[in-house]
Amino acid sequence: MSDDSAKDKDPDPKFGFETLAVHAGAAPDPVTGSRAIPIHQTTSFVFDDAEHAASLFNLQVFGNIYTRLTNPTVAVLEQRMAGLENGRGALCASSGHAAQLLVFHVLMEAGDHFVSAQQLYGGSLTQFSQSFKKMGWDSTTVDARDPENFRAALQPNTKAIFIENLANPGGIVIHMQAVADIAHEAGIPLIVDSTLATPFLNQPFEWGADIIVHSLTKFLGGHGNSLGGVLVDSGKFDWAQGGKFPTLTEPQPSYHGLRFYETFGDMAFSIAARVLSLRDLGPALSPQNAFYILTGIETLPLRMERQCANAFEVATFLEAHPKVEWVSYAGLKSSPYYDLGQKYLPKGAGAVLTFGVKGGFDAGVKIVENVDLFSHLANIGDTRSLILHPASTTHRQLSEEAATAAGAAPDVIRLSVGIETVDDLKRDLDQALAQV
Amino acid sequence: MNHDSYPEKLIREILRKSRTIAMVGASTNWNRPSYFAMKYLQTKGYHVIPVNPRSAGEEIMGVAVVASLKYISESIDIVDIFRNSEAAGPVSDEAIEVGAKVVWMQLGVRNDEAAARAEAAGLTVIMNRCPKIEYARLSGEIGWMGINTGVISSKRRLKI
Ligand SMILES: Cc1ncc(COP(=O)(O)O)c(C=O)c1O
Repeated sequence: MSDDSAKDKDPDPKFGFETLAVHAGAAPDPVTGSRAIPIHQTTSFVFDDAEHAASLFNLQVFGNIYTRLTNPTVAVLEQRMAGLENGRGALCASSGHAAQLLVFHVLMEAGDHFVSAQQLYGGSLTQFSQSFKKMGWDSTTVDARDPENFRAALQPNTKAIFIENLANPGGIVIHMQAVADIAHEAGIPLIVDSTLATPFLNQPFEWGADIIVHSLTKFLGGHGNSLGGVLVDSGKFDWAQGGKFPTLTEPQPSYHGLRFYETFGDMAFSIAARVLSLRDLGPALSPQNAFYILTGIETLPLRMERQCANAFEVATFLEAHPKVEWVSYAGLKSSPYYDLGQKYLPKGAGAVLTFGVKGGFDAGVKIVENVDLFSHLANIGDTRSLILHPASTTHRQLSEEAATAAGAAPDVIRLSVGIETVDDLKRDLDQALAQV
Repeated sequence: MNHDSYPEKLIREILRKSRTIAMVGASTNWNRPSYFAMKYLQTKGYHVIPVNPRSAGEEIMGVAVVASLKYISESIDIVDIFRNSEAAGPVSDEAIEVGAKVVWMQLGVRNDEAAARAEAAGLTVIMNRCPKIEYARLSGEIGWMGINTGVISSKRRLKI
């Protein structure tokens, strides 16, 4: 290559998603040269001297103190997720639920309120209506299929809107951009749980989200071996507007009056979530789990491509099956969410789908008991194909009405389609359906 | 020069070659952003000289505060401006007068006219950036806090 063409090159090219999935956050170890990511299996890190320790505790210099706050292996995963979502910063937690807790802990005071979609993972609905309520964090759930419902539920003390862009379990795609506009008109952030979409299929910051949460337990880790969660901050929300977020704008007594937004600017949210919320509530991710999840993320694009293709084929097979009443998968032309799916998830409608078997609850139970290759368990996003009857498991804490509203009516069966040979998956479902 | 984005290489070179930083608008109050930046840059081996007429004669982290760039006798590599965009103009002009090599305006601070004058006089100008954050980003340290450095490299790096 001639010197001239080298000069014309962009000095800092943008890397593609697949490259980021392998490399973001993970340089060779500066001391040892290790190319794989070292697992820093340690609780604590030595200080150079008392002055260094003081500067670290005052947040004046960057460095590691204690693994509840930061750990270099976990930090690689945080940077990887921030990179994949094109966000400013990220913070890992011990589970997806823990990440949700940390987000709200930064935003909410006792007596505050947020609005969430009805179409959420059942465990999130319970977290909000039961445990958050106990802490004085009030919430209203609305039918997210019409974004205007969010506007109608806003109150003067509403601090955020929470949705899943691709809802678990229903195959429902939410009009994220419209919800973001409503949140921003109200001066509050939109939090998007993008667990089912993963950054490979959808990047919520491009559609107006301010904070993203993931259960890393699912497709990101991807192998069903490690729990984990993460929050990612876009760094673009103006926390000073309207004085609604005192944790970020008011002096913090535990840091001698430091104001996070003033001091850390676009890094304020993720740093506050770490050094205030994670510090005090404690759900840190273990370095070992971070390592497993990072190894999983390296193949996220490959797995998602295969899993989406398999899911589409399984959905098409089920739709044509005489014992199946209906199939909900946004990749099917028959889906009411097909158009939104094309807009928000052009690379694929994900690998989770639901269907209704003729014969209702009892037939549903029979199917999950009769499959041989699909595993009957309460998880999604594994390389293995998984099957679940939400009404009798994940959504059983909800009333039948609330479960139905969340996409988990008595006849609903949820599949998380893996990377196996798709004909084997179809054959397994076919033989199980033959028995009802 | 384009001031909407800066090549990584340029920022690395400035931070590698510079030793003396005059920090205009440095605060004696320990929980102000400028104090954080000065503390960090000191620990990285930079000689940071605080400049602030209101605190002249006091000390910040063991260094005497001077009233203006004119009172600094040593040669200045970077003039780091912690003032608003308008006030950054005259400070930048003063940086030209005292022979500084780089005018560096902090995050949120940008004055294109002043930048053009400084560039015409042969200085390098960086705006709307923080040298502490850039150092921490390019060294990878800021990544320990989960911040996206944007740096992708298969090279083993011991310093910036
Ligand atoms: C969409 C969604 N969000 C959040 C969670 C909670 O994640 P975790 O189990 O890692 O706490 C789940 C788990 O099933 C989920 O499916």
